[in-house]
Amino acid sequence: MAVSYRNGKNNSNPLLKFWQERRGDILPPLVGVLLFLAVWQLIVAIGLIRLPGPYQIWEDQRARNLILYPFYDRGGLDKGLALQTFASLTRVAMGYGLAAVVGIALGILVGLQPLANKMLDPIFQFLRMVAPLAWVPIALVALQQNQPAAIFVIFITSVWPILINTAEGVRQIPQDYINVRRVLRLSTRRFFTKILFPSALPYIFTGLRIAIGLAWLAIIAAEIVMSGIVGIGFFIWDAYQQNYVSEIIVAVFYIGSVGLLLDRGMALLQRWIVPEK
Amino acid sequence: MNIATFHDTGYAIAPQPPTPLLTIENVTKIYPTSKGPNVVLDGVNLTVSAGEFICVIGHSGCGKSTLLNMVSGFNQPTSGEVRLKGQLIKKPGPDRMVVFQNYSLLPWLTVYENVYLAVDAVHPAYDELKKKDIVMHHLAMVGLVEAIEKKPPQVSGGMRQRVAIARALAVRPELLILDEPFGALDAITKEELQEELLKIWWEQKCTVMMITHDIDEALFLCDRLVLMTNGPAAKIGEVIKIPFEHPRDRDHILEDPQYYDLRNYILDYLFGRMSHEE
Repeated sequence: MAVSYRNGKNNSNPLLKFWQERRGDILPPLVGVLLFLAVWQLIVAIGLIRLPGPYQIWEDQRARNLILYPFYDRGGLDKGLALQTFASLTRVAMGYGLAAVVGIALGILVGLQPLANKMLDPIFQFLRMVAPLAWVPIALVALQQNQPAAIFVIFITSVWPILINTAEGVRQIPQDYINVRRVLRLSTRRFFTKILFPSALPYIFTGLRIAIGLAWLAIIAAEIVMSGIVGIGFFIWDAYQQNYVSEIIVAVFYIGSVGLLLDRGMALLQRWIVPEK
Repeated sequence: MNIATFHDTGYAIAPQPPTPLLTIENVTKIYPTSKGPNVVLDGVNLTVSAGEFICVIGHSGCGKSTLLNMVSGFNQPTSGEVRLKGQLIKKPGPDRMVVFQNYSLLPWLTVYENVYLAVDAVHPAYDELKKKDIVMHHLAMVGLVEAIEKKPPQVSGGMRQRVAIARALAVRPELLILDEPFGALDAITKEELQEELLKIWWEQKCTVMMITHDIDEALFLCDRLVLMTNGPAAKIGEVIKIPFEHPRDRDHILEDPQYYDLRNYILDYLFGRMSHEE
């Protein structure tokens, strides 16, 4: 081990070089995952929980098909998990996009107008406490259809952190920049583009990042309640009804992975867009 | 062509006969507090002529910033009037550009864009070339042509304050207001910037009103020095005419015996008669 390390300095193989530089970042998570799987298998083996272990899932024909063929499509609801996930993500994109537009716009209004803030803040704080699942029946009654109702649930769940953080970002614009606006008598358009947005952007992105996680949580919950739609949430419910426990675990693995990717994607976007201090 | 007309307009070469540019008449500022009214300024009178360089000096808390804020328009007097060219000052505007102590540059814009924003906001009708010329001319004036693509956090405090001065001058204000502009800078940078400011003022014949707590700075820069009495209820104690000829040279002034007489007089005023009774 020590020998290869010393030799590594002269080694020009880029793959090896990458490994030597990054193995501190790669090895611990890998070991962690393997340990987790081992503990899980152990708990199942000694009969502590009545779930299949990792090995049983791989042995299960239906679950293995789901893992190996994520893009199969036999029509109707019988689709691979990648396609199910994609359908859910499409709903998230629509609801979340709407939440971003409405949240940022309302956040700016509330941040700039103390009176609007006083009027609306109690309502926001009240509505924000309503759990996503509680919105599902209301959305279904109000909108009558699964698809718009699902999008509404995403929207209403993810809009609050965006709104509250945007408003805070607007309120936190340093007085210096406000003074620049006043001395130069900047037009509202210039104030927004040159001062308000750049100044509030870190806050807005914090809101957007919290919201994407919430949106993904909400869509699963919403789809489980809405029957008969393509989506990973309803897939889980359907598998549960038919007692395909291994399928559920594979689907949960998809949900977690997508959530992780969404969060990392937002973090990356945040680092890319928000100007560093 | 554009540059030529731009430079030729607006400023009289000689400030005589002195026409009052700024008049501060009987200005009082009272802040209501829970312990009763807090009188910050009580009956301040001052007239500033076009082309003058005025410094205001006084102990901290003597209301000099309050006075400046009423000239810039960020604040309104409780009674009395502040007028620029006869017009009552009601709100801030680019005719009274302010250079703040903490620079107030927008960190996400480059040095160039910071100055351009001001020019573009004040003169939206100018064509692009003219705006660019104005920006570049003023950045060259403070020696920042090399740094135009840098962002404020990437340059030193002295350079940031140069940008702020360039931004203020680029919109050709009637009155340039400086609020302890060099307070946060090291001694050498401070002297450099004082000399640059004086040179710019001398060449452009702009009118400057500056707050400082540095007696040497005031003596080097200004034509008239306004001494404030201590707060609460501060007023103008004395206005001293600074006799040194322009263009000024620091070494020359330091050899002048009058310099030390004035310096001692002001020190005595601030720390003798006006010292805090604590």
